[in-house]
Amino acid sequence: MSFINYLINGISLGSVYALIALGYTMVYGIAKMLNFAHGDVIMIGAFTVFTICTTMGLPPIVGIVAAIVLCTLLGMLIERVAYKPLRKASSPLAVLITAIGVSYLLQNIVLLIFGANAKNFTSIVTLEPITLADGQINISGETLVIIVTSIVIMAVLMLFIKKSKAGQAMLAVSEDKGAAQLMGINVNGTIALTFAIGSGLAAVAGMLLCSAYPSLTPYTGSMPGIKAFVAAVFGGIGSIPGAFIGGILLGIIEILGKAYISSQLADAIVFSVLIIVLLVKPTGLLGKNIQEKV
Amino acid sequence: MRKSTKFASVVLAAAMVMSSFTACGGNGGNADATTFKIGGIGPITGGAAVYGQAVMNGAQIAVDEINAAGGINGYQIEYKFQDDEHDAEKSVNAYNALKDWGVQMVVGSTTSDPCIAVAAMSSQDNIFQLTPSGSAVDCVGPDNVFRVCFSDPNQGKASAQYIGQNAVASKVAVIYDSSTTYSAGIYESFAAEAANQPFEVVAAEAFTADNATDFSVQLQKAKEAGAELVFLPIYYEAASAILTQADAMGFAPIFFGCDGLDGLLTVEGFDTKLAEGVMLLTPFAADATDDLTVKFVTSYQEKYNEIPNQFAADAYDAVYAIKAAAEKAGIKPSMSASDICEALKAAMTQITIDGLTGEGMSWEASGEPNKAPKAVIIKDGAYSAL
Repeated sequence: MSFINYLINGISLGSVYALIALGYTMVYGIAKMLNFAHGDVIMIGAFTVFTICTTMGLPPIVGIVAAIVLCTLLGMLIERVAYKPLRKASSPLAVLITAIGVSYLLQNIVLLIFGANAKNFTSIVTLEPITLADGQINISGETLVIIVTSIVIMAVLMLFIKKSKAGQAMLAVSEDKGAAQLMGINVNGTIALTFAIGSGLAAVAGMLLCSAYPSLTPYTGSMPGIKAFVAAVFGGIGSIPGAFIGGILLGIIEILGKAYISSQLADAIVFSVLIIVLLVKPTGLLGKNIQEKV
Repeated sequence: MRKSTKFASVVLAAAMVMSSFTACGGNGGNADATTFKIGGIGPITGGAAVYGQAVMNGAQIAVDEINAAGGINGYQIEYKFQDDEHDAEKSVNAYNALKDWGVQMVVGSTTSDPCIAVAAMSSQDNIFQLTPSGSAVDCVGPDNVFRVCFSDPNQGKASAQYIGQNAVASKVAVIYDSSTTYSAGIYESFAAEAANQPFEVVAAEAFTADNATDFSVQLQKAKEAGAELVFLPIYYEAASAILTQADAMGFAPIFFGCDGLDGLLTVEGFDTKLAEGVMLLTPFAADATDDLTVKFVTSYQEKYNEIPNQFAADAYDAVYAIKAAAEKAGIKPSMSASDICEALKAAMTQITIDGLTGEGMSWEASGEPNKAPKAVIIKDGAYSAL
């Protein structure tokens, strides 16, 4: 029984990683850059919901909508101000370093406004927990909502990219920016849209992360952000189903490692698995091995 | 992460020492000085801000009272407090800022790791340091440093004895933070003493600072092991997350903690109903009815609009301990900080004071206080004595 409980906890944690990883992988897949500020956009989303729902006492739906809108705009703003001017920079490192800078900037702005005291996030999920097998198995409402949300979002994203015109444009931009532009695709607009969607997802991930694990500080997003990045690489960066599977597996490995090996070594186990997977399959589980054209 | 900050603080400390040699060679006393300079250090922003703010305010009340009553040996006290954000490196910076100001006695640092770093500096400068709440063993390593609170091993041992002697529970689980000196120190001595007590430790689960959000596994293991009591020798932020998650999974043991849980009721957004029945071993309860506590709590509430916690009381006692030792030694503000330190070191072991955090407190030359712990329980959203 305890194994099933651990497994459920693992899937729940993994779904949060998956949700964050979807944003990472989408931005990487299309804009070919690692947005290290993604974890901090998550934190901003959670703080928005906290301020609106807990501090101002408005209904959760207002907080959810406000967080998604704010994070979407923030994502586009960050892209416009910090990343776009560097897109033609000679070294891809420049934009990576800017992303790290944006990450610290966001953390410190929130630190300045809200202070570093941890806040206890009030869950936005009101679903009753489900108990099975005479109360031995307990599935919280948050777990259910997180799992369902991440599956739905993954499916919608895949459909969007395959079926919609904007999605096709994204695919084209990811394959070859220059050729896409020649074909009349607005490359800058497409990349901005990618950031907007990625950051909107981050807002959803932020509120669900903090609903399940209710401690909120300006650094809340950084560790889950790194783990989700690992999940994205693990599943094959750039691949949407890969990010989902990578996230879920990572969550399960972390929880089972904690439960059966050592609660102190949880992170060490997670990262060791990553190293092993990458040694065996350098492109990740579902990563495509595309040869670089010379 | 912690190692690297420690290393950085050591490097920084070394650099500071060098610069103090080249600069002016420390403060050599000022013949015209007419006030004692007491400096405080603690986190007034950051994750442990509740502690630092309490220390800052508690000491301020004591300083105001002493000044109003004529000061120490007829000299007024000047008091200055510096923020260290619960960071060893910043604490050393705070200490250096106080030294530039001409500090003669230090009340701080508030938390363990920063206190260890500052103690290393103050012992080099030979400046008297009294930490209200630095509970790690090494905090009072140098002989110029004393403390008001219990040491970590002392807290762990006393907790185990309290649970055993009062038969609070027979199956106990521990969830501790293996990445802080404070938590790991208490856990080790708790585990050692538990062997002599009539209860069984059925689970001992750790987490680290990077992993302090998801406690589902630790709680699940405690629940499955049949724990009736979960011992939490940790700080209140993680504890608030543990209480929320335990409630969500329908696990309701007795939660028992040490002074780190003091502050639990002030976490923003935390449902304080979840803290009902939490027991903690702390030397101070704000609802005690003795004259000293009532007077302190009243003036603290008037001034800061808050019920003081144990840290405020520790700091208040620290200032009065300095006063008692200073009067015993008959020091004057015109003496150098180093001479004051020598005089106070000798006087500390001879004084006995009745403070907020213990009656008849006295000190060993090692820096440890002699006093008895009290247990409190959270009832109706407030701490009350057991």
